[in-house]
Amino acid sequence: MLIEMKDVWKTYPNGVMALNGIDTYIEKGEFVYVVGPSGAGKSTFIKCMYREEKPTKGSILIQGTDLAKLRERNIPKVRRKIGVVFQDFKLLPKLTVFENVAFALEVIEESPRTIRKRVNEVLDLVKLRDKAKSFPDELSGGEQQRVSIARSIVNRPPVVIADEPTGNLDPETAWGIMDILQEINDRGATVVMATHNKDIVNTRKKRVIAIEGGRIVRDEQKGEYGYEV
Amino acid sequence: MKSRTLKRHFRESFKSLGRNGWMSFASIAAVTVTLLLVGVFLVLLLNVNHLGSQIEGDVEIKAYIDQTTKTEQYNQIKADIEKIPNVQSVTFQSKEEGLKELIKSLGKEGGAYLSKQSENPLPDRYIVKTKTPQDTGSVASEIKKVTHINKVNYGQETVERLFKFTSVSRTIGIVLIIGLLFTAMFLISNTIKLTIVSRRKEIEIMKLVGATNGFIRWPFFIEGIFMGIIGSLIPILVVIFGYELIHDQLSKKLDSVFIQLLPVYPMVLELSLLLVVLGALIGIWGSMTSVRKFLKV
Ligand SMILES: Nc1ncnc2c1ncn2[C@@H]1O[C@H](COP(=O)(O)OP(=O)(O)O)[C@@H](O)[C@H]1O
Ligand SMILES: [Mg+2]
Repeated sequence: MLIEMKDVWKTYPNGVMALNGIDTYIEKGEFVYVVGPSGAGKSTFIKCMYREEKPTKGSILIQGTDLAKLRERNIPKVRRKIGVVFQDFKLLPKLTVFENVAFALEVIEESPRTIRKRVNEVLDLVKLRDKAKSFPDELSGGEQQRVSIARSIVNRPPVVIADEPTGNLDPETAWGIMDILQEINDRGATVVMATHNKDIVNTRKKRVIAIEGGRIVRDEQKGEYGYEV
Repeated sequence: MKSRTLKRHFRESFKSLGRNGWMSFASIAAVTVTLLLVGVFLVLLLNVNHLGSQIEGDVEIKAYIDQTTKTEQYNQIKADIEKIPNVQSVTFQSKEEGLKELIKSLGKEGGAYLSKQSENPLPDRYIVKTKTPQDTGSVASEIKKVTHINKVNYGQETVERLFKFTSVSRTIGIVLIIGLLFTAMFLISNTIKLTIVSRRKEIEIMKLVGATNGFIRWPFFIEGIFMGIIGSLIPILVVIFGYELIHDQLSKKLDSVFIQLLPVYPMVLELSLLLVVLGALIGIWGSMTSVRKFLKV
């Protein structure tokens, strides 16, 4: 089992109870949509997986490592197993596309040769090889999101987590992003993706975990989006 | 750490120094001003100290022997004085020697007058040095109790005032220097904090892709050292050349009053080393305290 959550609770310091007893598990190679109304706790659910937030109670196991018991200095090790794609891309404006992606390998002290090879590979995958020398503000939203995806997968993590990766994109571009995530999944990585995109969920059928009020209210293989947009 | 990683850290820290030009300049200026003041204060303090110890070293008690005392009793007197705690040395000075010294110290005219006198009015005396200059007063009053000593003299008021002056100026100097150092650290950590705010996103992303805190801290560490060292350059030059100049100008004038300034070397070199080290420490401290807050992602 790749990811396992046992009775996970999260109360923010301001008293908001974002997660109220989450129990679930995700197997290696799965593709999971996380859906639910705004404020339901989807982002919190995802942030707990890569330890941006620490659960108030309960345990989260990633390949057997309990994030709740994790020492501060071991957090980087876990983060290297998880690629994160953000809705707002989080690219560094002063670095080129190539440098932004290479960044993820530099911090783990890969050799320049490996970095060059791997970055070019993933830029091929997201079809941005020809934009390697561009800066983020010279790219469209969809292209920026593809850079962000490239960065998340360049160190070959077993899990890729995406929080509304298509949230800011027009439908056509969103489908392009989906194709890339599908490709990543086909190559063996587990993909967890929070989304508001009814079209995508209902068309490309996968496992759907629905969260409402910090609880899982539905968990179906080949599920439906289930909410009116 | 791999050498290419170290290279990267150096590259990053230089880039950041350049990118945050004005902020770096402000931090460096803060170090410069502080170290200038610290340097000047230290030069003053060291000289006051030096002066103090010169004069302290000169402090001696003159114990005058009753004119009627027979020479056979002199050894007994000496032994009695040596028994007093804190006495370091007891030297005999005959009235002839005493007269010569007096004539010398009075200069031409007074001396000429004295040397014409056939009768030597001075008594024989013992010159007593104490182990610690601060004990002069108490030792002097003990000596006075020794038989056949009818008078002691050690320039009571001057000595006492001098000790007060040197110890007060030492304390003030040290307090000022410590205060200045803290001010500089505060200024630097604040300016660096401002540069870090603009790099907050970068740090956040680094953390999210699995960079360790150490990895993130290194460039800031190097940057801090650099700013500190650059900031110490002007103060060092000022201390070396400034003190050389002042030493040249003043030492001639002070010679006539038997006071010497500290020699320029090796003092300025030791001081320079101290300033570089202080600069680097201020820089490191400033950058480390400001980066710490942003590492908790
Ligand atoms: N950092 C935070 N501090 C305080 N409250 C937060 C924080 N992040 C999210 N919340 C609150 O927690 C609840 C769940 O938020 P979130 O997980 O972002 O939901 P979703 O992603 O499903 O919209 C919301 O009520 C939100 O206001
Ligand atoms: Mg959200």
